[in-house]
Amino acid sequence: MTTTVTPTAPAPAQPSAPSVLTRLRVPGGFLLGAVLLLGVAPLVLPDFRLSLLAKYLCYAIVAVGVSLAWGRGGLMVLGQGVFFGLGGYAMAMHLKLADAAATGQTLPDFMQLYGTSDTLPWWWKPFGNPLFAIAMTVLLPMAVAAVLGFFVFRRRVKGAYFAILSQALAAALAIWLVGQQATTGGTNGLTDIQGFFGYDLNDPVNQRTVYVIIAAALLLVMALARQLFVSRFGELLVAVRDSEERVRFLGYNPANVKLVAYVVAAGMAGLAGALFVPAVGIISPALIGIVPSIGFVIGAAVGGRASLVGAVLGAIAVAWAQSTLSDAFPAAWTYLQGLLFVLAVGFLPGGLASLATVVRNRRTRPTGSGETA
Amino acid sequence: MNGEGLTVRDLRVTFDGFTAVDGVDLDIHPGDLRFLIGPNGAGKTTLVDAVTGLVKATGSARFAGQELLGRPVQKIARTGIGRTFQTATVFEELTVLQNLDIAAGAGRGVWTMLRRRKDVPEPVEKALETIGLSALRDRPAGVLAHGQKQWLEIGMLLVQDVRLLLLDEPVAGMSHDERQATGELLQRISEERTVVVIEHDMDFMRSFARSVSVLHSGRMLSEGTVAEVQADARVQEVYLGRATEPAPSAPVASTQEA
Repeated sequence: MTTTVTPTAPAPAQPSAPSVLTRLRVPGGFLLGAVLLLGVAPLVLPDFRLSLLAKYLCYAIVAVGVSLAWGRGGLMVLGQGVFFGLGGYAMAMHLKLADAAATGQTLPDFMQLYGTSDTLPWWWKPFGNPLFAIAMTVLLPMAVAAVLGFFVFRRRVKGAYFAILSQALAAALAIWLVGQQATTGGTNGLTDIQGFFGYDLNDPVNQRTVYVIIAAALLLVMALARQLFVSRFGELLVAVRDSEERVRFLGYNPANVKLVAYVVAAGMAGLAGALFVPAVGIISPALIGIVPSIGFVIGAAVGGRASLVGAVLGAIAVAWAQSTLSDAFPAAWTYLQGLLFVLAVGFLPGGLASLATVVRNRRTRPTGSGETA
Repeated sequence: MNGEGLTVRDLRVTFDGFTAVDGVDLDIHPGDLRFLIGPNGAGKTTLVDAVTGLVKATGSARFAGQELLGRPVQKIARTGIGRTFQTATVFEELTVLQNLDIAAGAGRGVWTMLRRRKDVPEPVEKALETIGLSALRDRPAGVLAHGQKQWLEIGMLLVQDVRLLLLDEPVAGMSHDERQATGELLQRISEERTVVVIEHDMDFMRSFARSVSVLHSGRMLSEGTVAEVQADARVQEVYLGRATEPAPSAPVASTQEA
């Protein structure tokens, strides 16, 4: 049998035996990221810039989940705003209750203004407990994703249909929140949050602490995603993405594989939403609806959705560009955002992270007819 | 040791009023190397699709004491039935080793799944050797030559540890030497497992078949040894009078290389 094997396959670009350098690449890169995020950034950035970065890092946490579900799992998660929102509202509900309690009130300020009753709605009450609220920021999105994913993946809804369904859900949640002004703050959302577990958020020192928590959470989430990427589950997830039917014939149920990726991504989005609240001081329907849901995936698409670092850097870069450019050209940003998305998905599916490979492949095959850009 | 037999009774598959498989009975004995031949549209692939759960069918298909029809694809696969497709379907972005490792792992627990693969499982190592791809284990499957992909698919069925292999044109597009090697491999495999091969290449069938079933228009036309089937007047008729040389739709297949 071996005599018939003809080595016709082109030689791969990477060396066959991993050198010390490649083995140190990942832990080294992780360490560098930790030093930059936890050491350098707090030292060199003024308060205002650092709190902006904290907000971008929240988007980056969502992007880590997007990278897992979309980049590796092929699930076009265009509705991560739902999970970001659930996490954000769970956190904000607790902080509003704590703010109210600090001033001797039982109802949050907006309920006193718009509320129809003097008592707290029953579903607000458990969020007075900090541990319950913190757990819910992650568990609630995961539970919703689990129920939704169970039905959706079992019925083999995929591709554009899955994307549209996700979008519709994000729209539905935003619309519902707007309609419940007396209990959710409506269009305004939950605003003017003052304290974070006893610490005054108006104090710059505490804002810096919030930044450090967010940066640490991002590193943790990246480490978790990295483990999933290199695990056997990660390999299977790519297999499901590329040939779901084949995986089924090997005796696996692809619906379960996708469900795990989807639920983990939802948990990450929930965590990001929860951390977004103390960093920015607000959560509102406008931050979790259709447009922000698309925004959550654009960064990952531009940076490289299948690459963890690409997705994170892309999310930070796009968020930075948005706050910089949308101030200068508020009308143009939406178009630019759409253009970026189309260009990345249509012409550079691997994102900027794949640019080096694409260029290298072109150099080695100058006669190649495939136009990539 | 000798694989597991397959018993099909009155199998029918209908697509929008068109009957692709029309009441087929089929008995495949444990350890057989059965060739399933017939002109294009005879229902060979549809028969395999029905047995593996890809299309809905009526009738009965029993394997290892269990009824297969009506069960989901992955459950049927877990009873010990594996299949390949006309176009080699491997996970192109994963390496040869990863492809085999996934095929070997349908029974793995959560904890194993969430960890990195530390070493190569023994069945995978053995399969790499059997299919002659040991040296290419770290290549992405997408860069393999056509014939190598087909071997990888067979290797995936071996590590999946199926007792019945259903192979849809496993030597299509292979060179003469590659066909010979594949045929010998299938003979070796059939010592421990049951093998069913859908094939167009009559030379290949004559060299390696242990028994043959001929399908025509969704019905079983003839069954027996290679000699018996070739002597059957009805088979000769179906193949347009080419008495002992039934070479249907793909005459180029025997000379062309991928």
